[in-house]
Amino acid sequence: MTLEEKKELQKFALQIRIATIECIKSRGFGHVGGSLSIADTLAVLYKRIMNYDPKDPGLETRDKLVCSKGHAGPAVYGTLALCGFIPYEQLYTLNQPATKLPSHCDRTLPGIDCTTGSLGQGTSQAVGIALGDKLQGRDCRTFLITGDGELNEGQCWEAAMFAAGKKLNNLVWIADWNKRQLDGSLEEILPQFDLAEKFKAFGFDTVTVAGDDVEGLYEALSRRSEDKPIAVVLDSVKGRGVKAVEESAGNHSMNVAPEVFDEWLKELRDKLAEMG
Amino acid sequence: MKIVYTGEKDSRQYKSVIPQVIDKVMQADDKVVWLDADLMGCSGTKGSYGKSDRYINCGIAESNMAGIAAGLAASGLKPYAHSFGPFVSRRCFDQVFLSAGYANNPITMVGTDPGITAAFNGGTHMPFEDVALYRCIPGAIICDCTDVPMLESFLTQAKDLPGVKYIRVGRKDSRQVYEDGTQFTVGKGNVVRDGKDAVIVASGIMVHEALQAAKKLAEEGIDVAVIDPFTIKPLDEELIRTYAEKTGKVVSAENHNRIGGLTSAVEHALIGMPVKFGYVAVEDEFGEVGPQDYLRTRYDLTDEHIVNVIKGM
Repeated sequence: MTLEEKKELQKFALQIRIATIECIKSRGFGHVGGSLSIADTLAVLYKRIMNYDPKDPGLETRDKLVCSKGHAGPAVYGTLALCGFIPYEQLYTLNQPATKLPSHCDRTLPGIDCTTGSLGQGTSQAVGIALGDKLQGRDCRTFLITGDGELNEGQCWEAAMFAAGKKLNNLVWIADWNKRQLDGSLEEILPQFDLAEKFKAFGFDTVTVAGDDVEGLYEALSRRSEDKPIAVVLDSVKGRGVKAVEESAGNHSMNVAPEVFDEWLKELRDKLAEMG
Repeated sequence: MKIVYTGEKDSRQYKSVIPQVIDKVMQADDKVVWLDADLMGCSGTKGSYGKSDRYINCGIAESNMAGIAAGLAASGLKPYAHSFGPFVSRRCFDQVFLSAGYANNPITMVGTDPGITAAFNGGTHMPFEDVALYRCIPGAIICDCTDVPMLESFLTQAKDLPGVKYIRVGRKDSRQVYEDGTQFTVGKGNVVRDGKDAVIVASGIMVHEALQAAKKLAEEGIDVAVIDPFTIKPLDEELIRTYAEKTGKVVSAENHNRIGGLTSAVEHALIGMPVKFGYVAVEDEFGEVGPQDYLRTRYDLTDEHIVNVIKGM
C-alpha cells in the first residue's frame, strides 16, 4: 500500500467518525464508543475490500456486511451516507419517529444487509447469508462484525462451529476486541481469555490486527482461505479517535450537550485538516 | 372438499410423508432448502442428507438453525427448518421472532411431536405452549396438522407465504379426515361435520376426538358440528362466529395448554357474542412421560370429555 493510499483510508476513517458523531449529535445521545472503534474497519471495507453498488443495494452478487453489534448503527449509517447509499442529511433522522435509522441496524435501509441489535443473532444470519450465497453459486463474501462483549452470547459460538464445520470460506468474522462492555471491562464482567486462540480452536483462519491500523486491516481483510472462514480479531480501543470518549469509562452509550459534541467534531475536523 | 374420515389409522406415517413432500417441493423450486438439528432421522429426511446440498444438518443448535434459516431467506432461498416442537419454539423463540419475523425473512418451522404425541420422550419434549409462542409473533401463520393431506398442502404452499410459518405435526400415526389432494387455504376453516346444537372447534389430533364425540352425541339425538380451522392463526373467525350464532354453544378442543392456543383464539373470536363456551385442552400443566393413550386420559383430551363438556353446557 502506498503512503497516499494509506492516507486516503485514514482520511476516510476520520470522515466516518465525523459522520457518526454528527448522526448521534442530531438526537443528542447514542452508542458512541462501539461506533468509533470500528470506523477504520468500515473505511477499509467500503473503500478497498467490498464489492457493492450504492445504486443497486440489493444486487445479489454484492459483498454483504452484517454488523451484528447493531448498536454501532451510527458508524454504519455514516459510512453508507459517505458511500452514496443514502443522502447525508438522512443521518440526522437517527431515532426520530418513523426513521429508517434506529439505534440498531434495520435492513429496511438501503445498504443494511441484516437487521441486528439483539446481540449474537447477527452471527447465525451472517452464516446463513454466506451459505446461501455459496449454494446459489455467487462469488462474494459476507463480512460479519461482532463486539467482544457480544461473544458472551452462546449463539455466537454455535454459529462459529457451523461456519468452520461447513467450510464457509466466504465468511469473514471481525471481532471488535475493544475490551469493554456496557457494565465495565471484559475482565470485570466476564473474562474472555484469548479470543484469537478461541477462533483458531473453532477452526478459523485467524489473525489479530490493531483496530486503527488501516494497512494491517487491508491485509487481514484481503485474506483468503481454501476451506476455512476467516477471523479478524480487532485489537481496538472503544471510542477510538476522540480523546474524551476514549478516556470516558462509560462510553458505551453517551448523552452529552451539543457543545460537547461540537468539541469532539472540532477535534476530528482538525485532524482531517492536518492530513491535507 | 371431501371428508373421507373412518376413524381408522392411516397406513402412512407422517415421517414417511415429510421427505416425499419436501423432495417434490425441491424439484419444483430450486430455492427450497431443508434444515434439521440432528433430527433428520426423526423427520424422515436422513436418506436425503449428503445427496443434495440443499439438505443441511445444523447439529444440535436450534437457535443457530433458526438464525441460519433467516440468513438463507435473506440470500433469496426458501428455508424449512425442523426439530421437535419444544426446540423449534421455546428453544429458538427469540431467533424466530427477531431474525426471521421482525427482520422480514420468511421461514417455515416444522415442529414434530406436538403435545401428548411426544409420549415416551416425556415432559422435556412435550410442547403444550408452542402455539401460544408462535401466536404472538406478528403475522405468523400456524397450523396444527390434522392428517396427511393437510401436511402435504401446508408444506407445499408454505415456501411462498410471507413471514413466519409454523406447523406442528406428529411423526407417526394419524387418522385421515380429508381426501388426498385436498387444497387448504390459509385463514379458511373447514366444516368437517355439520350440526345445529353445538360446534366443536378442533385442531390436530383433536379433530378425531371431536368426530368421535359428535358420533356419540348423535346417538343421543344431539347434533354437533365440527370445524377444523386449518390455521389457528390466522383463524377463520367469521366461520366460527357463524356457527356460534347458529348453535349457541362452542367448544374448543386442542392438544395444547388452554392458555394461548386454539382455546384462547376461539374465545377471542367470540367476544361480545351471547353464546356458551367451553374447552377441552391441557390445564395449566407441564407434560409428562407415558404412552399416548395414557396421556390422552391423563390430560382429559378425550372424546368422552368433549361429550361431557357439551352436555354440561
